[in-house]
Amino acid sequence: MMTAAITVCDVSKTFTMHLRDGIKIPVVSGVNFAIKAGECAVLGGPSGAGKSSILKMLYGNYSTDFGAILLSHNGEEVDLSKAEPRKIIELRRDTIGYVSQFLRTVPRVSALDVAAEPLTQRGEDYEVARKKAADLFAQLNLPERLWNLPPATFSGGEQQRVNIARGFITDHPILLLDEPTASLDAKNRAVVVDLITQKKAAGVALLGIFHDEDVRTKVADRIIDVTTFAGSKAA
Amino acid sequence: MNIQADYNFAYLDEQTKRMIRRAILKAIAIPGYQVPFSSREMPMPYGWGTGGVQVTASIIGPDDVLKVIDQGADDTTNAVSIRAFFAKVARVQTTTHTGEATIIQTRHRIPEEQLREGQTLVYQVPIPEPLRFLEPRETETRKMHALEEYGLMHVKLYEDIATHGHIATTYAYPVKVEGRYVMDPSPTPKFDNPKMHMSEALQLFGAGREKRIYAIPPFTDVVSLDFDDHPFEVQKFDKPCAICGAEAVYLDEVILDDRGKRMFVCSDTDNCESRQAAGHRGELSGMEAAQ
Amino acid sequence: MSDQPLLSVNDVSKFYGSRVGCRDVSFDLYPGEVLAVVGESGSGKTTLLNCISTRLEPTNGSVTYRMRDETTRDLYQMSEAERRFLMRTDWGFVHQNPADGLRMAVSAGANVGERLMAVGDRHYGNIRETAIDWLGRVEINEDRVDDQPRAFSGGMRQRLQIARNLVTGPRLIFMDEPTGGLDVSVQARLLDLIRGLVSDLGLAAIVVTHDLAVARLLSHRMIVMKDGHVIESGLTDRVLDDPHQPYTQLLVSSILQV
Repeated sequence: MMTAAITVCDVSKTFTMHLRDGIKIPVVSGVNFAIKAGECAVLGGPSGAGKSSILKMLYGNYSTDFGAILLSHNGEEVDLSKAEPRKIIELRRDTIGYVSQFLRTVPRVSALDVAAEPLTQRGEDYEVARKKAADLFAQLNLPERLWNLPPATFSGGEQQRVNIARGFITDHPILLLDEPTASLDAKNRAVVVDLITQKKAAGVALLGIFHDEDVRTKVADRIIDVTTFAGSKAA
Repeated sequence: MNIQADYNFAYLDEQTKRMIRRAILKAIAIPGYQVPFSSREMPMPYGWGTGGVQVTASIIGPDDVLKVIDQGADDTTNAVSIRAFFAKVARVQTTTHTGEATIIQTRHRIPEEQLREGQTLVYQVPIPEPLRFLEPRETETRKMHALEEYGLMHVKLYEDIATHGHIATTYAYPVKVEGRYVMDPSPTPKFDNPKMHMSEALQLFGAGREKRIYAIPPFTDVVSLDFDDHPFEVQKFDKPCAICGAEAVYLDEVILDDRGKRMFVCSDTDNCESRQAAGHRGELSGMEAAQ
Repeated sequence: MSDQPLLSVNDVSKFYGSRVGCRDVSFDLYPGEVLAVVGESGSGKTTLLNCISTRLEPTNGSVTYRMRDETTRDLYQMSEAERRFLMRTDWGFVHQNPADGLRMAVSAGANVGERLMAVGDRHYGNIRETAIDWLGRVEINEDRVDDQPRAFSGGMRQRLQIARNLVTGPRLIFMDEPTGGLDVSVQARLLDLIRGLVSDLGLAAIVVTHDLAVARLLSHRMIVMKDGHVIESGLTDRVLDDPHQPYTQLLVSSILQV
């Protein structure tokens, strides 16, 4: 497939800090790139360059001041930067997956249910979804005794694996990865690399942030240098 | 002659009687609906039947024959006083025989003898609002009646079953009148509820302190509320009346001595006496005679 | 999610004399959607909730609702009988103080069963069975069915109130600070329960809260109110993670980090 799964056109974003006398902090501007299905692009650049902000805009978590984020959703082209909240929820359910850096835990919900939720939300049978989550946990070497516990008390690495399972469980055509391997050991990093490779083979468009150079070189088809989108100092 | 009767027939002034009659007519027109009226001070305390007395005073005429019962008995203080009151202020004929009366004022019973067309039963009512104990706000209970929201009434019956295993409400058992208004039949035993249904007599209810009048016109549908799996039932008594041997009547328990001896006798004294006069005897009637 | 809104709020304003309760509030709520209304005390969120839920007539504006038969009705053009019927069948209202939403002097079973009896259920056994089932779903032991809510803890009362509201299978539920006044562990349990029920039953909900964590956990979308106005609205995580208005930024920055 040659068509882009996601196209970012001239996107810019500035934070206005009202609590600090309304100073404007330009984050990025003129962001332009496209990712094809089956491709894994990696956002590169130093901390504070705006990598995470770009990822969050693509997930609808941050607003976009200017530009368009075009993606194909259930056969129609949607500009996520202007979509209604309802549409974004729908996009997240069906089209864009996201593995965040930190797991936002919900009290009393077991790790298995946390990971299975994106599937059950799409109407998958509860037991089938849990089975799939369990398979992913096994692959990620998450000790089985943890599966039925709420992840709030898990270690950073354990939580991250729950998060990864939650992100990889669906077959969303677009997957955003915000440092999914940051707190993992070498063995589990390799599992994640494997999972990413499988996603690529399945035609998923991936965009990620990886500080781990080893992982980055293994998965990246292309590095997008974020410093070229440096926010113009308030014109 | 009697001064009170000359002052004004049946104690109340004509304007008041007209006002009460209008309320009664409205109540008859909307069976089971509580019509507010401006209740007067009567020469007796609230709780002694001021509502019933005002209704009786407003409908009684010189040709009427009045019977007054209290818990079925003609000879209790309340009954005797009210009968004497009307004999004095309206100079009407009074009776203890259900069949002879045109107006029967009652506290907490319906006579055993079936009432017939042309008779009027006047109930003394302490608290007319059946929803009161569950919903203290009058504004809300009125709205509930207006909108026919009667789920709450069943909540009370539900609680009965949950607590006692059966509907333990034995008196003031709520009824639905003509398929519309839920009504408190005053604290009559539920034994009497079936008598209200399709009664040939007119039934009027007066609550003096609460200032409400309501009515069941003759031949009106009166259904006791219940659950499909806990249907309405009247009380049953193990024995017949100890004095007259009557069965399927409402009985009062009478303690005979301080060693736990007791008997069950007719609550309706007129009915009991009529049966005795006709030669019926119960198991203790001889003893009664001996005393 | 369906394409037709379940509830549409159009320019709703409520004035108390010259004081503004809420002003020109408009939004749509879709089936299965949870909307959080946040803001400090006095910001008009409870006034708004009451205006929408027909507990308080707005000064201006209209609120329309898509009934079960798919007709869209203006709530304030409906008869009071219809409105009250709607409230006890297709809607639920969870009060901050459970005593406002429960009958404290009747048993838990009767509290849950009342709505069933109100819509004509006349079989004691079935009513009781349904009540027990619902008590189980809100994690109240079956053996408490005949106890009065006065004998319950705050958290249990709140759960009982939820069961009482959900027993008729409503499509829309209003919640006014549902976790207010509960200690944190009880809050967490309740929130999780609400979250589960809302998603299992596909309920639409409007949750008024001053607690942004509650909003984040329960809602898809939120509106931020200040001085009776809606000052910011949108996807819950976006409003919380990328707030634009000065007041919203202040609110978000005021959350204590644990």
